[in-house]
Amino acid sequence: MIIGLFNYWIVVILMMSGLYIVIAHGNLIKKLVGLTIFQTSVFIFYISIANIEGADAPILADSINQYSNPLPHVLILTAIVVGIATTALGLALVVRIKTAYGTIEEETIQQLDNQSSQSKQNNDAKEQA
Amino acid sequence: MKDLFAVVMLSGIYSLLSASFFVALDAVDVAFTEAAVGAGISTLLMLIVISMTGRSENTTRHKPLPALIVVSITGALLIFGTLDMPYFGITDAPIHQHVAPRYIEESMQEIGIPNIVTSVLASYRAFDTLGELVVIFTACTGVLALLSFNSKTNRNDKSLSVSMHKQHLVIRIVAKILIPFILLFALYVQFHGDFGPGGGFQAGVIFAAAIILYTMLFGLSAAQKALNPSLILLITALGVLLFTCVGLTSLLLGGNFLNYNVLADLPVIGQHLGILIIELGVGCTVAAVMILIFFNFANQREQLKQKHKQVKDSQELSP
Repeated sequence: MIIGLFNYWIVVILMMSGLYIVIAHGNLIKKLVGLTIFQTSVFIFYISIANIEGADAPILADSINQYSNPLPHVLILTAIVVGIATTALGLALVVRIKTAYGTIEEETIQQLDNQSSQSKQNNDAKEQA
Repeated sequence: MKDLFAVVMLSGIYSLLSASFFVALDAVDVAFTEAAVGAGISTLLMLIVISMTGRSENTTRHKPLPALIVVSITGALLIFGTLDMPYFGITDAPIHQHVAPRYIEESMQEIGIPNIVTSVLASYRAFDTLGELVVIFTACTGVLALLSFNSKTNRNDKSLSVSMHKQHLVIRIVAKILIPFILLFALYVQFHGDFGPGGGFQAGVIFAAAIILYTMLFGLSAAQKALNPSLILLITALGVLLFTCVGLTSLLLGGNFLNYNVLADLPVIGQHLGILIIELGVGCTVAAVMILIFFNFANQREQLKQKHKQVKDSQELSP
């Protein structure tokens, strides 16, 4: 029954769409959204392998005799909160880039960088002459 | 999609959907966190950032075809790799053989708490949680370093923030009724985490969400009058300190680092005490970090607005 692997395939599809957004889009906020999707796919991977069919949430009670695995839940619980903290750091960087360059498009930033380094070289050459 | 507002809203909906998906997979604690963080705080932070950086994207997409090829090759290799993985939901997968049976069978005698997730988080793997807390603290320090925060500049500018929030009477009244209950719910989640889903991480995020709601409706300066930013800064560090102090206390009393058995006469009572205190530490730090990050972004936004206003005024005056 190869269809029993469908949870991994969903994770792979989500992960690859996140990766595609990160590679193909120049807008820095979209890149961050792509990273978030990539991150959630890993969360879903962990939670789906912790699941046991017919089991219940890992809170002990008398009437339940099978629980799903609590360890991945713990890892992902903390990872989500750490993820938002690091995303906030990324967003802060985006805001700083916007104030420094006036844009958040990757290509425009690259062009501005090239221009400034070229004009610097020209100035140096003039000074030497 | 070129409109970033729609992108952010969709990613919020995606987070909410994945939260309900986690409930379906029996991970209630995780779903709780994802709903509060993903659909709440992260959407808000993204929104406040696009309000500063502009909401439309450049149309030129660079090299979509090579990216597509790279992505599909990686995806195909990953799917090939999954062929050896255990099937979904079966009982005898390797992951269920190693540490988990011990947590499930013995945590009631050793820790005495029904919620296994809490006992693993706060006791068996407390050192790990301390590390995560330090990461959050460090990220907050990074945001503070990047966005300079000075609360004195916007004190004299009351007219702007008051007039901005005069509208939306219905929302303001409903929020005023709701906020105490949200805060109360956060405290319930904090201290009931031993028995039901919940704990310091979720409670901290919910608490911060209530404060952020207040800030959005009544203005940054009103919120900063109620909660002094330097006090919040202190609480951020205090949470980490509380966590570490519990570890050091158990070390001084003759146990291992973060071994709560020595904190009281009976090991189970010591565990209860230890978990209660470190969850409080986690809750303090998470709530304070989230509030502080939001304050910083909001403050940056108001500064930008003031700058624009000054530029506009000077342009109008000059001709």
